[in-house]
Order: sequence, then C-alpha cells, then structure tokens
Amino acid sequence: MTATEPPPAPGPAGGGGAFGRRLLRKEDARLLTGEARFVDDLQVPGALWMGMVRSPFAHARIRGVEAEGALAMPGVRAVVTGDDLAGAWAAAMPCAWPVTEDMRAPDHWPVARHRACHVGDIVAVVVAGTRQQAADAVDALEVDYEPLPAVVDIEDAATDRVVVHEDLGTNTSYTWTLSPDPGAVDHAFATAAHTVAERYVQQRLVPVAMEPRGVVAVPGVHGGDLTVYSATQIPHILKLMIATTCGVPEHKLRVVAPAVGGGFGAKLDVYAEELIAVALARRLGAPTRWTEERSESAVATVQGRGQVQRIELAADADGRVTAVRVRLTADMGAYLQLLTPGIPVLGAFLYHGAYDVPAYHLECTGVFTNRTPTDAYRGAGRPEATYAIERAMDALARSVGVDAAEIRRRNYIPPDRFPYPSVTGLTYDSGSYEATLDRALDLAGYEGLRAEQRRRREAGDRRHLGIGIGTYVEMCGLAPSRVLASLRFAAGGWEVASVSVLPTGTVQVVSGTTPHGQGHETSWSQIVADRLGVDPADVEVLHSDTATSPLGMDTYGSRSLPVGGVAVAMAADEVVAKARAVAAHQMEAAVDDVELMGGELRVRGTPSRSMTLQEVAFEAFSAHDLPEGTTPNLAAQVTYDPPNFVFPFGTHVAVVEVDEDTGRVDLVDYVAVDDCGPRVNPMIVEGQIHGGIVQGVAQALWEEAVYDADGNLRTPSLVDYCVPTAAEVPSFRLGHTVTPSPTNPLGVKGVGEAGTIGSAPTVVNAVVDALAPLGVTDVAMPAHPARVWAAIQEARRR
Amino acid sequence: MEITLSVNGVQRSSDVEPRRLLVHHLREDLGLTGTNVGCDTTSCGACTVLLDGESVKSCTVLAVQADGHEVTTIEGLAPGGEGGGLHPVQQAFHEQHGLQCGFCTPGMVMAVVSLLEEVPHPTERQVRLGLEGNLCRCTGYHNIVRAVMAAAGEELPA
Amino acid sequence: MIPAPFDYRRAASVDEAVALLAEHGDDAKLLAGGHSLLPLMKLRLAQPAVLVDLGGIGELSSVTQDGGTVRIGAMTRHHDVATSGLVREQVPLLAEVAGQIGDPQVRHRGTIGGSLAHGDPASDLPAVLLALRGTVVARGPSGERTIAADELFRGFLETALEPDEVLTEVRVPAVPGVGWAFEKFTRRAQDWAIVAAAAVLGDGDVGPGVALVNMGSAPVRAGGVEEALRSGLGAGEAAARAGEGTEPPDDLNASPEYRLHLAGVLVRRALEAAGA
Repeated sequence: MTATEPPPAPGPAGGGGAFGRRLLRKEDARLLTGEARFVDDLQVPGALWMGMVRSPFAHARIRGVEAEGALAMPGVRAVVTGDDLAGAWAAAMPCAWPVTEDMRAPDHWPVARHRACHVGDIVAVVVAGTRQQAADAVDALEVDYEPLPAVVDIEDAATDRVVVHEDLGTNTSYTWTLSPDPGAVDHAFATAAHTVAERYVQQRLVPVAMEPRGVVAVPGVHGGDLTVYSATQIPHILKLMIATTCGVPEHKLRVVAPAVGGGFGAKLDVYAEELIAVALARRLGAPTRWTEERSESAVATVQGRGQVQRIELAADADGRVTAVRVRLTADMGAYLQLLTPGIPVLGAFLYHGAYDVPAYHLECTGVFTNRTPTDAYRGAGRPEATYAIERAMDALARSVGVDAAEIRRRNYIPPDRFPYPSVTGLTYDSGSYEATLDRALDLAGYEGLRAEQRRRREAGDRRHLGIGIGTYVEMCGLAPSRVLASLRFAAGGWEVASVSVLPTGTVQVVSGTTPHGQGHETSWSQIVADRLGVDPADVEVLHSDTATSPLGMDTYGSRSLPVGGVAVAMAADEVVAKARAVAAHQMEAAVDDVELMGGELRVRGTPSRSMTLQEVAFEAFSAHDLPEGTTPNLAAQVTYDPPNFVFPFGTHVAVVEVDEDTGRVDLVDYVAVDDCGPRVNPMIVEGQIHGGIVQGVAQALWEEAVYDADGNLRTPSLVDYCVPTAAEVPSFRLGHTVTPSPTNPLGVKGVGEAGTIGSAPTVVNAVVDALAPLGVTDVAMPAHPARVWAAIQEARRR
Repeated sequence: MEITLSVNGVQRSSDVEPRRLLVHHLREDLGLTGTNVGCDTTSCGACTVLLDGESVKSCTVLAVQADGHEVTTIEGLAPGGEGGGLHPVQQAFHEQHGLQCGFCTPGMVMAVVSLLEEVPHPTERQVRLGLEGNLCRCTGYHNIVRAVMAAAGEELPA
Repeated sequence: MIPAPFDYRRAASVDEAVALLAEHGDDAKLLAGGHSLLPLMKLRLAQPAVLVDLGGIGELSSVTQDGGTVRIGAMTRHHDVATSGLVREQVPLLAEVAGQIGDPQVRHRGTIGGSLAHGDPASDLPAVLLALRGTVVARGPSGERTIAADELFRGFLETALEPDEVLTEVRVPAVPGVGWAFEKFTRRAQDWAIVAAAAVLGDGDVGPGVALVNMGSAPVRAGGVEEALRSGLGAGEAAARAGEGTEPPDDLNASPEYRLHLAGVLVRRALEAAGA
C-alpha cells in the first residue's frame, strides 16, 4: 500500500490515537534548561581525573616512559603504562565481528605495550586530583619513542610495502566475498551493450557527536560492586564487555548512559578509556573519570567510512542493469574495534540498490593502516553502497544517453515483486520506489529546473545549475539473531521491553534501547498510550541504566523502533490481554466480551458495566481476587527477535549552484521523499531526516579526515574539520509515502540513518550534473572549492 | 585571585586561578553544568553564555576577565520554579523540535537570545548567519531556524 | 584544553599597561579580546608567564571623528565597529569587514587593536587597514608614535610594534561615498578566509587601495592592481595583476596556484562591485 498520509493508527485495543501524532517531546524541558546531566556534568566526590598520554607518531616503538617528573607534580597520584596494567585485563579489547573464519586480528590492549600504532594510541595514563592537574601532568610526561615507518594510504597498505603489525605478516585482515553465481556475472559483462566502471573514494570522516566521550567509574570499595557512567550508545553491551575484559563479575556491574549528546555510531563501541577507568578505579579504590577533549576525539574516537570502491555495471541496450561487480578495499585503521571489520559487510548486500539486478559479485578486503580505527558511523556500510550504485547509475545514464530519472525508472524493483528476493540473498520486505521518485521530482519542480538549467547553459552563465537524484533502499532494524549468526556477528539482535500499569494507573515502560537524541521517551509513550488508551503524559519510559533496564541491545543501526518499539507494543498488548482477563473476572463476563476502549474495560453490549484501567491495575496489584492462574500486577515483559530486516527507501533531489570561476558549490534546494512505513511521531521522523541529510551533505561537500604521509591528522580541530553550520545549508522540503513493512505488527521501519544514506550521492550527482557541459564526469568527496576548480581545469585540459 | 561575578542575578565570589576559563568556573566552581564544552578551538558554541547581555563563548573568556560583570547562563533564562515555564526562545525550540540530543542546545539558545536582541525580526538568512558560531550535529539546523523565526514572530520557512 | 599557569595583571590605564610590559619584558603578553591569544594558550602553543589585561581601560573603547580621520580605540570590539553609525557612514568597508569576522560571539569579544597587533595574514582587518592606508597609534615607555599600515606588518604574526608598546588607536580616513567592496572566500561562514580582497576606489589621498588576505606570510597590499587602476585600467585588467608580490601559502584548503587564481577572481569582483 502506498499513500501520502499515514494509515489509521495500528493500535488495536486502546484506540488512543496517540500513534501518528506530532506530540512535542517529553525530553525537551530538561535539555532546554540545562537540567539534564551529561557525563561531564556528574559531580563525583573524590573522583580522580585521568589524562591520556597519546602517541604523537603514527607508528613508533615505545622505548620508555619517564614518569618521575610527572609524579612529582601537584596532585598527581599515578602514572601507569601498558606494562603496569598488563595484569588488569582478563581479555584484550573486544572485536565482536570476525567476518571470516580466517580473519587476522592484531593484539589490542587499552594501553599500548611497546608499540604505538596510530597517532592518538594511548601509551600511558596519568591520574591526578583535578582535571587541571591531569592536563599539566600529561603535558609534562616524557615518553621515549623510536619512530617506525607508517603506512597511511589504503591501497598502499594493501601492497604490504609497510606492514602495520609485523606478527600478522600482512596488512590484509580479511577478504570477504559474496558471489552467488560468478558465471552469470561474467556472462552479463560479456554480453553487455553498456558497461560502466567507476572508482570512488569514501573519505574518512570524524563523527563529531557534539558531546565528546566521557566516563566515570565508581567502585564500591567494600560492597564489591562497580558503577560505570559513560557517554555511550550501548550500556548493555558495554556492561558485558567490561565484565569479560576487566574480569569484573557481571552481576556486580551497573552501567549507566546518562544524557548522551549524540552518538552517530561512534559511541557504539567499547573504548580503551572506559576499560582503563574501570581498571584504575579498582586498583586505586577511588572513582576515576575522564572527559575527552575535542582534539583528542579526532584521533581517539573511531572514524567513519574509509573505503576505495570499484564498481562496474553491465547493462543492456536500454540501460537495464544485468550485473553489478564490486571490489572494495576498506580501511580498518590500526586495530579492530567492536564492529570494525563488519561495517563494509553491512553494506555489501546493497550495491545493486533499489534495482532489479540478476547477477552480483562483491569482494571486500579489509586492510590495516597506521590510522585511528574505523567503525560504525551513521549508516555504517549502507551510505557507502548507496553512494557507489547511485553515482554509477548516473554514469550509466550518461552512457545510455537518457535522463537520470529515466535510467532509474527502467531499473526499479516494481511494487508487485515484494517481498523481493534479492540477488544477494536478502528479502526486501516492501517497497514502492518509483512513487518516491515521482513525488520528489514533483516537489522539486524537476521540469522547471531542467528548463532553467538549459537557459543558463545557453546563456553561457558561469553559475551552473546542477540537479542530482538519488534513490536509496537500506536494510536496518538490526537484526534477526539467526541472520546475524550467519554473518558471524557475535551477538543477537533482539530487544526487550516491559510495560507496567502501576496501581495508581500511570504506566511505566522499561526499554532496552538507549536513546541519545532520538526521543524514545516520547515515541514509546505514544505507542503504549495508543494501545492502552491512556494519555501519553501518563507514561514514563525508563532506559539506559542496567539497574532499571537489565536487558537490552541498545540503539544503533536504525533498530530502536522496528525492534525495540515493536517489543514495547507487544508488551503493551500483553498488558491489555491481562487487563481484559482481570476485568472479565471482576465483572463476571467472558474475556472475549471485554474490550479496552478509551482507557476503560467494558463488557461488549452492556455499557453500564465497565472498569477503568486504573481500577483493573489496582485489582491486579492488590491481587485479592484474581482469576485462577493469573499472577499479580498488570505488567508484561516481551523479548522480540525480528524475523527479517526492514528496508526503508526514498528518493532525494538536490539542487546546487556551482561557480565556475571559484569552484564553490552552494546547495540551494533539497527535497527528500522517504518511506519508513507508518510514522509514530512525524515530527521526530522529520527531525531524523533533516539531521541525516546534513550529515550526508557534509560528507559530499565539507568533511574529510585528512592525513599527511606520516599519518598525522591534519584536521584535528573543528577549525580544520568543516562540520557545516546553519549558514551552509538551506531549509529542506520533505515528502513521504507510507509502505508498511509486513515484518512487524506495527509495519514500521527505521529512519535514523536514511537521510545520510540518501544525501551524499544525491549532492555529488548534482555537482557532476552542473559541470557536465564542461566535460566533468567525477568530483571526489568532499567536493570543496579547490577540488571542484581542479576538476574543471582538468576537464579543460582533456 | 578573588573575583565576583553576577551570575543569573546572584553575586558569586570565588578565588580562582587566573587560567580558569569562564566555562570551567561556571561548571566546576559554581555547579552550573548546563553550559557545555564541545570543542577546544572556539568553534562549536556549546559554551555560549551572555556576558553583559551579549553572547560569548565562555571557553575563550578567562573567569578573571568576567570579574565585575554580569553572566547569564541557560539556568538563568527560564523563570524557574514549578509552573515557571520556559523562556520564549526555549519554548519555541520545544514547539518546533529544535533539539534532539540537546548538547548544543543551551549554547544555541543563548546565541539565539543574543541574536534576537540585536535583530528582533530577522530573515531566514540572517538567522542562519547569526548562528554561524554554533554547531549542531542532530537537527540539520532546519527546526532550529524555524524555532528562531517562531520566537521572533516571523513566518516560518519551508 | 587548559592554559598553562600564568600571572594575571589588570591594567587600569595605558600607562600602567606600558609599565607592566616594561616590568615583565618578554614574559608578558597583552590580553585584549583574547580571541587570538587564548585559543593558542589553551593549545599551549603560547605560554606567557604574565598576562596584562587591557579590558579594564575604558578609554580604549571609542569611535570618534577628527576631521577627515576616524579614530577607533584599540579595545573597540568588532561588533561595535560593525554596528557603529559613524563607521558605517564614514568607513563602510571597515564596518562591513568587522561584521564578517568569525561569528557573533567572536565579534562580541574580539577587538580591532588585538586583531591588528596579532598581524595574522589570514585575518581580515589588516587588509582593510592596508587598503585604507590607515595608521595605528602605539604607546611605549618613550611616548607615542604612529605607524603606517605599510610599516606595521612585517612577517608571519610579526608587527612593527615593540614588545613594550601598547597599540592604543586605529586611524583610518573617512571615505563616505567612495566605492568599496570586500570579497571574502571561505568554506564555511565562520571560517578564516581562504583568500579575501578589500578594495576602496577613491582618488587623491585615499585610494585606490587594494589588499589581500591570506596571500603571503604577512598581510599584503596588491600594489600591481593599484598601479593598474591609477593608470586608468579597468577592473579586469587590474585584477590580472592581483598575484604580484604575493607568496600564497599551501594548505588544506588551497594550493598556491588556486589561491593566485582566486585572488584574481576576487579582486575583479571587488573592483566591479566597488564601481571600478
């Protein structure tokens, strides 16, 4: 089904109508007033501040750490090296995604021992009484390094000219292949009327959540327990990983993610500083803490992307794609963090995009370099895939000689083919791709834009107009546990929720998701209110603290709604079922005759007999007279493991102006038509899309972690690393369609990454479109003025 | 060094090291943790407060430089107390969904208060340029701009 | 990011500031708005032992007109320069440029004197001072002297100011009605210019004046362009000489070749906008 308005709220029982409303957020007041507490805001009496001493070299032997001077400084309590902490670890830093059986993984310890492998690698830790004293001691500490040759470029690393980890003997961590029918691919290319062969670079990106990371570890010296506060997306996973790496009994651990200022995947990790805080808190018997500085963050927090992509398309005379062949070289950085090797694999199934392609071959090689490790960053593999196929589709359109919209129309998977078994072995749940293209072109005024473009070109205007189109489909809602197993991912992808109607009638929800800006408190309240027929204001959502929410798999991969939100809905439905049973018993009616309407349980056909949900909840609480076999309390807990991914999609249109004289690109209009199924809160969904768009546009036009040949990051600060401001982007125009997923009872799909996945190729397609008359067919990301100008000069020389 | 600041209308005297940054003074000495630190290069604006009524980045002001001056932080903006409600700019951010994770928000709100003091009825372009000193990673700025226009009583873009 | 420790002295007058500088010599640095110095100190790239704060000297914040000269106190903030009715009317180029520095928060703290004394080739105000052929007033132990713009900027972050001198005032000619323009090319609005061009046309004593931002190790006058204008050439031909005498730096945002090209484009645009 496709419609421009959401279907009736899917809540079956309560009829509350809260689903689908633009409810203002519950989270806002505390964030708007400064009342919210981020990790660095926590006041922890007696806490010792840690300062990380980081390698200034991309590769160096650590000859020695001269601690005496620093130890003599005011307030300094300890200086510890990798050797000092060697006994503190029960296991090395975790990587949860060994993508192949023979994947090579280097030793990775929270504090490097003997050898630093990237700028920012921790070589020692100072502990002092105050933040200032720790900073002074870091500044004063002397480390004796012997610089070693470093390898920085991905393709250079693949040659093993310089090897990052001698003991591994090679920089290749793994080669992962997806090739269901190699003969079919060869045949398609051999018989193709058109072929396209492109090489794209996914530059490394610095995630830049506005809140840098931070951690506080508070040991219960006598009780033996340990509480860790961390700016993390994954308190539940972190708890498990602290238990296994630090040897802390898991049941004695509590991990809290307080207010968290954005994550974007970069806080989906287990970091050295978190483990060091735990180890030192235990060793020193005092709370330890650390807050990342921004310049530290650039080299100490994982980076995103980092791939060289080679993509080839084979097509028939009409431009119908008959095969896709992809070769990826993916930069792991110096070590494997939690999910590092799996990030390109998450995109590897999607290089044929929204198109019906019968033959497919993909090969991905993960290589080590002397740079900060890469890992998840908004979209994680899927923006890379979408970029490659959407840029290549434009190249194919040029080869065939048709419009960018037309080449897509000829290749979309048609709506009647869903559920669609893809060539890569996925089952796309639902989709109606051309409808989003039609709507986007309409909103953008596509015909008028093309006319204006022609006018400018005929007039010799040096301010070129470019129109870019991008259609995406992505797999999210991580994830079916069995599928994760087949991908060699170490954990499952279920989610837990509980819903309790308290004796006074208000509702408490506990979710295993960990929001850090996504507004789950509001959306989950809407889901529950809708099903129970209560006011969303009477629902409170608890999360992000393993003491109150002991089970969960946290927030990443656009999973929270299609997995965690669905679990919330299912728990609410179980509560409804129990309420009906209790009410039926109380009112001496058959359960089947009792319905929940507008917050009241009524006996069908007998309007005079009813109980409020609160009355039922109190009966369940007092438990004086419950039906046989019914347990006290009106509460339910559900664990939901989805049967499939969900596959949101959409089409974006970007309009740019490119100044031929300076190379400057201005994004002047942006239209996005997205389909994530029914929207719980359209306001929150649109907010996710707005932010996602800018993160993708930022990759297209502004951001790049630039390294020099020695492995020094040349963009360590927000002066050099160009996160766009309000002045660089326009307002956006959004449309949407609604194609429910048959996968889950809410029909919902994730939307956290969609904007980012769609926008980077759309913008670069627009830039290339603008410069087509000058003979430019490619501009690498970020398409900053110097690069655009150089591309124009090069095209002129050809 | 002994300094006295008027912070949110209250005289606060402290003994601080000269190198104490105003933001650290507010957060660590006075317990006003609403003002955040998002960078170390005067770029992100998360630490924006009003100094004598004008927006400044409190990471690039020494506490001793603020001696004898008035500072307003996010905690001093809303009337406070039960039913005190929000400042009109805070209210507009709430109503227009101008915040997500909320980390940039205190600084963003203070920058907007200062902007609207100087330009009470800005155009969309003036709003965007007026916020060039504040980074947000969540909202794409779309709803922040709408919030500012709404707070100014102007027609909303897009 | 926390500065290394230092002693802090707040000067109540220019003379006291001069005396403090004399007392502490090379260990002391003047603190004006702090928006060049404090970021360097936070990164510990600057570690002065003594900071002499000029913030308490009220007499240094003023804008007045003295015949054909506009006099601006060194501690006048960019925001106040940008919004001064007098500056906007008499020296609109200066007001416009002051309003484009950094971001609003920076303009609420940064000062005209601090910016010029820092002598950063990538900052905008030095180019304006050059284009307008302004002067600065410096006071030291032996009294006051004026320094012409062309004498002031010596090299990278190096000016003609002596370590014991305080820049107290900026003097620029009043040029109401004279054609002017400022073309600033940045990646983001808040960024430093990759290249910028300041131009004022005029005749006689003032102008034509054209100067460039970020085209050498020091702020630089586009002497070739001015000469071409004086000889009556149009904007396009004059702009072709924008690169003369420059040594454009190579950095992440631009190669020297690209900067030379940009300088030509921006100077042409500035001259055209100014009415040349």
